[in-house]
This record gives sequence, structure tokens and C-alpha cells, in this order.
Amino acid sequence: MSIDLSQFIATFLEESYEGIDVMENSLLTLETDDDEAINVIFRAAHSIKGGAGTFGFNEVADFTHVVETLLDEVRSGQQEVTPKLINLLLESVDCIKGLLGAAQDGPQADSQQIADVQARLQVYIVAKGAADDNPEDNCEVIPSGKHQSWKIHFSAESEILENGHEPALMFSALADLGSLTVEAELDSLPTLAESDPQLLYLSWSIHCDSDCGESEIEEIFEWVEDECQLDIDKIMSEQSLTKSWQINFEPHSDMLNTGNDPALMFSALAKLGALKVSANTDKLPELQQYLADSLYISWQLELAADCEKQQIADIFEWVEDSCDLQITEQSGTAQQQAGVEEEGQQTEKVESKKTNGDKAKARGNKAAESSSIRVDTDKIDSLINRVGELVITQAMLGQVGDDLSEIPGVNTERLQEGLELLERNTRDLQEDVMRVRMLPVSFVFNRFPRLVHDVSGKLSKKVELIISGEQTEIDKTVMEKIGDPMVHLVRNSLDHGLEEPAQRIAAGKPEVGTLKLNAYHQGGFVVIDIIDDGNGLNTEKIRTKALEKGLITEDQQLSDDEVNGLIFKPGFSTADVVSDLSGRGVGLDVVMRNIESLGGQVSVKSEPGKGSAFSIKLPLTLAILEGQLVRVHEDTYVIPLVSIVETIVINKESKNPIAGEEKLLHFRDEYISHLDLKKLFHLPGADSVASTDTTLVAIVENSGKKVGLVVDELYGQQQVVIKSLEVNFKRIEGLSGATILGDGSVALILDVAGLIQRGMNFEAASAVNSRNKLQNERTQGYL
Amino acid sequence: MSTENWQNQAAETQHNSEGQQYLSFVLDAEEYGIDILRVQELRGWTPVTPVPDMPEYIKGVLNLRGAIIPVVDLRKRFGLPERDYGPTTVVIVIKVDSGTKERVMGIIVDAVAETYTLTQDQIQPPPQIGGGISSEFITGLVAQEEKMIVLMDIDELMNSDELAIDVPALSNVK
Repeated sequence: MSIDLSQFIATFLEESYEGIDVMENSLLTLETDDDEAINVIFRAAHSIKGGAGTFGFNEVADFTHVVETLLDEVRSGQQEVTPKLINLLLESVDCIKGLLGAAQDGPQADSQQIADVQARLQVYIVAKGAADDNPEDNCEVIPSGKHQSWKIHFSAESEILENGHEPALMFSALADLGSLTVEAELDSLPTLAESDPQLLYLSWSIHCDSDCGESEIEEIFEWVEDECQLDIDKIMSEQSLTKSWQINFEPHSDMLNTGNDPALMFSALAKLGALKVSANTDKLPELQQYLADSLYISWQLELAADCEKQQIADIFEWVEDSCDLQITEQSGTAQQQAGVEEEGQQTEKVESKKTNGDKAKARGNKAAESSSIRVDTDKIDSLINRVGELVITQAMLGQVGDDLSEIPGVNTERLQEGLELLERNTRDLQEDVMRVRMLPVSFVFNRFPRLVHDVSGKLSKKVELIISGEQTEIDKTVMEKIGDPMVHLVRNSLDHGLEEPAQRIAAGKPEVGTLKLNAYHQGGFVVIDIIDDGNGLNTEKIRTKALEKGLITEDQQLSDDEVNGLIFKPGFSTADVVSDLSGRGVGLDVVMRNIESLGGQVSVKSEPGKGSAFSIKLPLTLAILEGQLVRVHEDTYVIPLVSIVETIVINKESKNPIAGEEKLLHFRDEYISHLDLKKLFHLPGADSVASTDTTLVAIVENSGKKVGLVVDELYGQQQVVIKSLEVNFKRIEGLSGATILGDGSVALILDVAGLIQRGMNFEAASAVNSRNKLQNERTQGYL
Repeated sequence: MSTENWQNQAAETQHNSEGQQYLSFVLDAEEYGIDILRVQELRGWTPVTPVPDMPEYIKGVLNLRGAIIPVVDLRKRFGLPERDYGPTTVVIVIKVDSGTKERVMGIIVDAVAETYTLTQDQIQPPPQIGGGISSEFITGLVAQEEKMIVLMDIDELMNSDELAIDVPALSNVK
């Protein structure tokens, strides 16, 4: 009996793609000797290889095997992590992706490219990275002999994190200049209970081996120079430091009770010379069992200083009874030692830099990874439907309860209590179920580090990507559809917004441009901002171009924001050169259409020379809509709240009759046409509107077009669950779906874009009709 | 075993030995029959939400436990005289095979009559008749106790004209 493997292939592919994402993300953030990250990458490659072998995707397995071999060497320290290695591995990841796609009936993978990458991987493995023909990339390899190094002391104001600065990013920028030793000074670290995760309590001493100039270092810290204290000292020769000490410090857990603080001792040690601290956190208990006055950590310290053993021992004099202390002298230069020792300890060192808050977060992340399950979205949708039904049933019962309580002599107190409880529980249940479909927006954001890396490389621009708010949750369907428009906007910012390094320097800006992605909740919406500090939009150029294309007229008075908004019009591109990346003029109008089809909006703000900010506003979910309920004739319709500009009552006078037809409406210095829904839908009573003096009009907007919808009455605003008309019926122009109201009846949801289109057809049709009628009458008159 | 399988099997046995079961309903004094396995449920008449710009026979849409289903007035569909909806007016909820998917729809009839078990040899081929019901919707005729029952092909009926999933643009004009 054979097992049919095919049913598992889909799962394998899905998992492999996830593995690829993991590899890519880890590679992009990979720093030297980050063992954990390398392990993660290795494991991902390993499971792809294993799975591919099982399912007979030999090409994938063979290729991944080579990648795995290289990763294994990196893991065991035989290979150095260099930018070149990272780029090679990134290319390999692309190859694996291509091969997997080919295995999944996709297009044939580029065998030439794969063979090429595979060959380079082989060479890399054989040569242990030494075959590097580009010496620039070898910044990790420290040339022996005379060289220069920098001692940097960086202590920032505690609010620096709130302003979006991330010291780790600056350090990684520093690491690009040369090999780096970072020591955190924990002096001002408060106890865990007092610690505020928003604040920064650490300061750092950084030792950087680099031939760079002082200005290059200053540049990295340029953004924070007003909020920190920065001392940069040049050290000409590190070679004189011949002595280094290895200190093993294992305090007893009650040491803190004696009033001794390890941090104080460490700072005393740091005064003797360059200190490297690595904490051993093996004994750290769970947070619940954590006693604030016990010490769970032991330390391994590395001190490069020309001092006597006694000097070190003196520092620990006060605690020598309550700790195990070993001080050993290391022979050789500090340089050599760093090379030997760092391998095993670096991870722990990185750990010790993190605050306790970070550790808790890391644990949280791990828990989230392990406790997720894969569920078919159909199941979730049917669950959401059921709960929607429950809410309606609950509303109905509530109504019955209210009716009963009005009958005199009937005691409905207990019934009412029960109904209230039911209402609360149903609402909570609905919220919970809705949340099942929600995913953090990081699923979209994750692709951008790679994109920015590749695109900025291609454009030879220097860009730093800052992502925040990636935990903001958004509906899965919305997320799937927001990716492409965002890629478009990000490419746009990279291509048109940010300038080349030379231009930036000339404009007095830092060489490295910043691109910020930020997501946050605002009302019932999720807002995603894409902000660059580039050149901003050239409003004059846009105006000229718009005139050229006939989008606006000479005498139109438009504010800068309005002019900038024109870039979302079809066929608009101001790029002088149509590049490979963007600028074909099929850009932003597509972005706008895509976003509007999700019920969202996109806007742009720009300041010349300072940068531009695109802002995408999206509904939290496609399953629920904030709607305005209106009455047209006898029926209730729902207008999406997001498209309503304003609802107004108009008098007969403000309608401007054109050729006897009341088609135009004067609204805030604009003439907009209005559509009578009754006429449009051929409902009875369409003509009675004309007889009343006032008309209720909801001004709606789509793709910059405003139209007034004439309605009979405004009801309340409420969240409605969107139901498809297509499932059992068909798509109907002008309607985006239906919803079920509290009384169980169905209300139709108006599709504003469709209505505007339909209205225009209607107008055209009625114009033709009236002309025909006129003609007929004339003909008849002649006869 | 799922319900569907069970139903299929039931249908097969009926085909083989005792024939097929039909539900009959009344429409303007005539009796019509449809395959009972297509009937999902019977409901009393409740007001529906009209959908704009639909032909008169599509009365609107109804909330069937969270699903939005269209409701068709068969009298109007067949051009029979209108009649007010009363206590016996019934909405038969049926499952319609629309090619790519199965749709659930409601038909409004005057009343539900009976169920019959019919074998293939009892069913006579449809004659070429004029009038409201074009012969394309009729699969056969059955004489039952001096009554005549018209057997209807609901797939054909409920996918015709405006009810089709994709209405070709031209059909609107015609």
C-alpha cells in the first residue's frame, strides 16, 4: 500500500515559502556572529532540503544542499559573515524560490542563474571566502599591523526611542565601517518594576576598528546629535595593549542584599580599560518566579587593560565572600584574543545588551510562533457568518424582551438581565471572531527590507528603512491586496523621492536617506504612512504637466495639496526618465484604484526639499463596513461612510437648472451633479421630489469625483456585515453587496463608484431619450 | 457518511426501483412538480427587499439564515395573472445547479400540494405548447388521478434571462 504524497505537497510548498521568508528576513538583519540568526537560517534551509528530497524535487534539494553546506560552515565559524556572503545567500534564496515555483507548475526557473549561483556557492565553500576578488567587501578582515581605531562613547537622552531612533541601527551602520565592539553601560538601568519600555536607560562604549574619518562616524549619529552626548576619540595603535584579563564572576543570589551592585563594579572595571561583558542568563527564572532582590545572572568579563591582577581583585574586594571569582590573564594581543574568544560568546553578549523588557518580548514572540494553527479561511468565514447570525438573533430577542417588559404585570427582570448578558457575550464573541481574521501588518512590511535593499542598490542610493507599528492588525483579505500598491509607493519614493547621495550632501542632508513605514489605528481604520525625507513633490512640475495633459485649466486656482493630488490621475508621470523601476505613468492611478476598491483612501503631503508622505487609509476589515443607513422610497440602503463627504439639506434655489433640468448643485464653490436614487433605480414616486422645497443630499466622493445622492431620509450610522449578492444571485451594478439589519431584513449596500458610473450612463441615456422625444415631436409637428 | 452521499444513494435507489420523488405545487390552478431532492426548505411568505432595476418577476432578496437569496415570483415569471400573497403563499427554497456553482434561490408559489413518486414510464414527453411556460423549462407531463402535473426543469428555469450568473450585456438592451 502506497501513501499518496501529493496531498502533502501543498503543505510542503507553503511551509517552504514561509521558510524562505524567514531566511530572507534573518539574512537582512544578520550581523556578524549572530549565532541564533544563522541557526534559524540553517534550520529553514535544512527543512526545505529535507522536504524537497522527500517529495522528489531533486533540483531544489540539490541546490539547497549546497546552501546548507555553506551555512553550516558559517555556523561553525569557518566562514565569516560578510556583506558579500549575505548577498550571495540572498541570491540563493531567490533561486530556491524560483525552483520551488517551478516545482509548483510555475514558470521554469532560470537555470542559467541557478547554475551560476550554485557555482559561486561552491567556490565560496572551497575557498572559505578567501577567493573574494573584491577587497572592499572584506571589512571584517582586520589587516594586521598599524591601523587606527575609534573609541566612541554614546549616551542618549532617555526619550530617544520615542522619537523613532534605534541605537541598534546606528551600531549596525557603524559595523559597516569596521569591526565593532559595543559595551553597554548598565549604570542607570532601573529595577524591572520601575523600567519603562519606552525609555532608554543604557549608554554605550563602542570600540570601532576602522580607517574611516571622524565625520563618517558623526554622520551615523547625526539624527540624534541633539538628543545625545557623543564623544569620539581616536586611538592610533591598539597594539600597545598587550595584557588582557578573563574574569569569571559568579555572584551568589543574595549578593544584592549586601548592597553591592555588579553594574557599579563593572563600570569601575571599565575605567581600567576596554571591557566586554557577557552575561550568563541560564539560571534566569520565569518572570512570575522572579524575585527582584535575588541575582540570577553570572558574568564573564573580558578586560583589555594594562593593569595588575590586584587592581581587578580590589574592585571585587567587597563581594569576594559572596561570589566565585576567577581572574586569569590572557596571553597575546587583544586583537588575537577577540578573534578567538568572540565566536562562542557573542550571542550572550548581544543578550546582555538587551533590557529585560526585550527579553520578555523575545519570549513572547517565541510563544506566538509555537502556538499558531493553520486554518482554512473558509472555515473562519463560515464562523464569522454564524456569529453574524447570532448577533441578529440576539437583537431580535432583545426586541422581544423589550416588548414583553411593556406589558403591565409581567416581571421580566430576570429575562432582561439574561438578555443583557447575552448581548455582551455576543458582542465579545463577534469581536473575537473578527480578530481571528486579523494579522499584524508586518506580513506586508516584511517584504520591504529586501525590496529597499535591492532597489536602493540598483539606484546606487543609500537608504535606511525604518519600520514601525508593524504589530498593527489588519484583515487578511485587505492585507493580501495592499501589498502591491505599497510596493508601488515604496518604489516610487525610492526612485523619485529620495535623491542620490551626492545630491543629498549638496542639499545639506545626511547621505543616507530615510524611508519610514508606519502603521497605526485611527478610528475604524488602519493608516499606513510611507514617508521619505527626499526631495518632495515638484508642485510646479506637476502643475505644468497637468496643464499639458489637460487635467486642469490655466485659470483654475488650486492649492498645493490639490495639485499634488493630481499625481493620482490616470496617465500621469513626472519622471524625466522612464526607468526600469517606475515612471511609466501607469502608476499612481492604479494604486489609487486598488486602494479605493478596498474601501480605502490614499493621500499625499509634500514639502519641497524635505520629503513627501503618502498615507493609505484602509478599513480594518472587508467583512464589516461603517455605513450610513438611508431611506430611499420604502427601502433602507447603506452608503459606506468612508465615501460620504457631507450630508446636506438643499433648497430649491441652490439647484442650478441647466436647460430646464435640475442637474447641478452648488456646493462649497463647486458645481456637482446630483443623482436622484429613485429615478436611477426606477422606483415609484420619483417625481414627487420636485414638489417638495427641500431635498436631502448625501455628497459622496470616489476617485476625486463628487456626486450628490438624493435620499429621502437619513437613519443612523452603524457597522454592517457585508454579504455578497453574488453567492446566490449575481453582481449588480451600483451595489457592492447587502447586509442584514437588526430586524432580520436585508438592506442593499450602495457602491459609490458604480453609482457614479451608472449615473453618467443614465444621464447620457436620458439626454438621448429627451432628444429623441424632441425630435419625434418635431417630426410629428411637421407631419 | 455525509448527508449528500446519503441523498445521492437514496436518489439512486429511487431511480432504480420505485422511481423519483417529486414535490408538486399549485400555480393558478395548475399543478407543477419539481425534483424533491432540490428542495431545501419551505417558508411562509415574508416581505423581501426589492433590488433596483430587476424585472418584475424577481421580487427581491431574502435573508435565509445569513445568506442573501433572490426570490422569484413564478406567476409573474410565467405571465400569469397577479394574486395577492396570502397565508398559503409559500416560498420554496431550492438548490439550483448553475454550472460553476450551486445557488440557493426562492420561488413564490400559490401553495404546496403533494409529493409523488413517479417512475420514468409514467412521465410523458412535453408537448409543444404555447403560453407562459415555454417548453424548454418542462421535462415532462404526468397524469395523476385525472389531474395533469407539469414537471419542471428548475436548473433551466432559474438560470434563464436575468437570473443567469453572467448576463451578456446585450440581453439588457433586448
